[in-house]
Amino acid sequence: MSGPIAVFVEHAAGEVDRVSLETLAFARGLATDLGGAPVEALLIGGDAASFASTLGGHGVSTANIVDDPAIAAAYAPAAWGASLASLAAARGASALLAPGSDRGAEVLAHAAARLGLPLAANVVSVTPGDPWRLTRQRWAGSLLEDATLDAPIRLLSVAPHAVAVDVRAGSPAAAVATFAPVVSASDLVVRVTGHEAPARGEVSLSDAKVVVGGGRGVGSAAAFSELEELADLLGGAIGVSRVVTSNGWRPHTQQVGQTGQRIAPDLYIACGISGAIQHIVGCKAAKRILAINTDPESPIMSIADYAVIGDLHAVVPAISAEVRRRRG
Amino acid sequence: MNVLVCVKRVPQTGGRIVLTADGQAIDTKFLGFTISPHEECGVEEAVRIVEAHGGSSAVLTLGPVAAEDQLRDAMALGIERAVLLETDGSEWDPVSTATAIADAVRAQEAADGGFDLIVFGNESADSGGYQVGIRVAVALGRPVVTGLKGLEVGDERITARREAPGGGWETYELPLPAVVGVKEGINLPRYPSVPGRLRAKKKEVERIPVGAASGGPAAAAGAALGPLMVVLRLPEEQASEAEIIGRGAEAAPAVVDLLEKIGVLDA
Repeated sequence: MSGPIAVFVEHAAGEVDRVSLETLAFARGLATDLGGAPVEALLIGGDAASFASTLGGHGVSTANIVDDPAIAAAYAPAAWGASLASLAAARGASALLAPGSDRGAEVLAHAAARLGLPLAANVVSVTPGDPWRLTRQRWAGSLLEDATLDAPIRLLSVAPHAVAVDVRAGSPAAAVATFAPVVSASDLVVRVTGHEAPARGEVSLSDAKVVVGGGRGVGSAAAFSELEELADLLGGAIGVSRVVTSNGWRPHTQQVGQTGQRIAPDLYIACGISGAIQHIVGCKAAKRILAINTDPESPIMSIADYAVIGDLHAVVPAISAEVRRRRG
Repeated sequence: MNVLVCVKRVPQTGGRIVLTADGQAIDTKFLGFTISPHEECGVEEAVRIVEAHGGSSAVLTLGPVAAEDQLRDAMALGIERAVLLETDGSEWDPVSTATAIADAVRAQEAADGGFDLIVFGNESADSGGYQVGIRVAVALGRPVVTGLKGLEVGDERITARREAPGGGWETYELPLPAVVGVKEGINLPRYPSVPGRLRAKKKEVERIPVGAASGGPAAAAGAALGPLMVVLRLPEEQASEAEIIGRGAEAAPAVVDLLEKIGVLDA
């Protein structure tokens, strides 16, 4: 039988992060393909002890907790990566998985560098064999790469939302163990030393149910007032394409796309956005997309559900006026 | 402050990716090339640091001879000198890339003095491996943090800022010399000036052949650990055609009917 699959699991305030649960589901599928290899989780932070056994429902046989405050008190990328590498070595792991999040990607890269092993990022599927075959995302998912991976321990980060969370009732509880990794003082040099709370009052782009998006067609920083009016009426947020931030019309925190945010609102209203790939990968998870554009042939139309053909400077204020009229 | 920024040449994709017939690459017949977006901001950050604190700036890439264009783009923005780790144009895996860059950094530092800061993009736009900067830092034994959207440089340390999971920001302090991975949004890169472009055109690019292009044993890069690309393919898209619900301002009532139907009007 193959050695265990070790999975880095992120958690905060007593809850496991969603992409980590997806990564456990991915690990469960891989474990079956490996003839029943056990799945071992690595959780950093003593408070994980309160919920770690429930990971059994996600297919985890053993939850290993690093509770040494020197490592666990604050996120420390190198030390956490060394912890994961240390677990892989201690257990004779056949694979090492992490969620394709900012931290997951960073921790796994540190583990890979320490182990001197290759790493495949943002994997969506894998088939063990000789060698292992996998499919991974490029260009933030607008392109797929089929690749092979040949290494004593296979390191994979799992692309967000590549598989669904798989929790099964009646599964045995995970065994919970304390794990003491081999971490050196130099691994602890870089760590989080300060926090700033999110700005208050603003509708966050990632949580908004409606996002009103603006692209090159908006034409100027001033003209965004038309989009802001509609977003305010709908309790929504403003999102923009890359050209808008490059022109300095809006802040980068509002950018939707490969190098900005990925959003998933109930409705995305794309105004004057042509639909470059860089933008589409950031908004395609929206439940519905309404495009307002003068060009019925623009690429955004191929992912939009609804379209209004016309100049956004005429259409958007008319929609706002109609919303006001109906609300009386 | 002596700053080195590492960049990658990537195709400038527009509305649609087209692959070559053999599926080994993006068909770039009708595409330009650019510096990968996070790294464009890395270039700007390096220029700003040297403007504010003095010192020197250099840019490095690993790629084909044509990647000189991207090195000159960086010099047009104010980077002083450029190093090309020249390949035969084949795709390099992240481990081989990081090894070649770490070797080049050691050689550059032995000749010209150490870099206080080495700047990478968080991940390349095309292959998105999320690892080269970290591998280089570990090889050089330097502290590293990635995902940065803010950087303040002090005498012997830097303060770095990035988005925290779940909202807000987190900060890190690193002693120098250090390695960082930056994200777009850390700054708004300037446009190159015409004199800047002219100066960059005349500058020398130091060319150092690596891998097969070095004429040495292919094993230097041939021991590639992978992942080894077999073929590229486009994801299956759900065929969808937008339903046109109107034209111009007259479409407003139909749009608001739609907002009502999908339940986003009652905010």
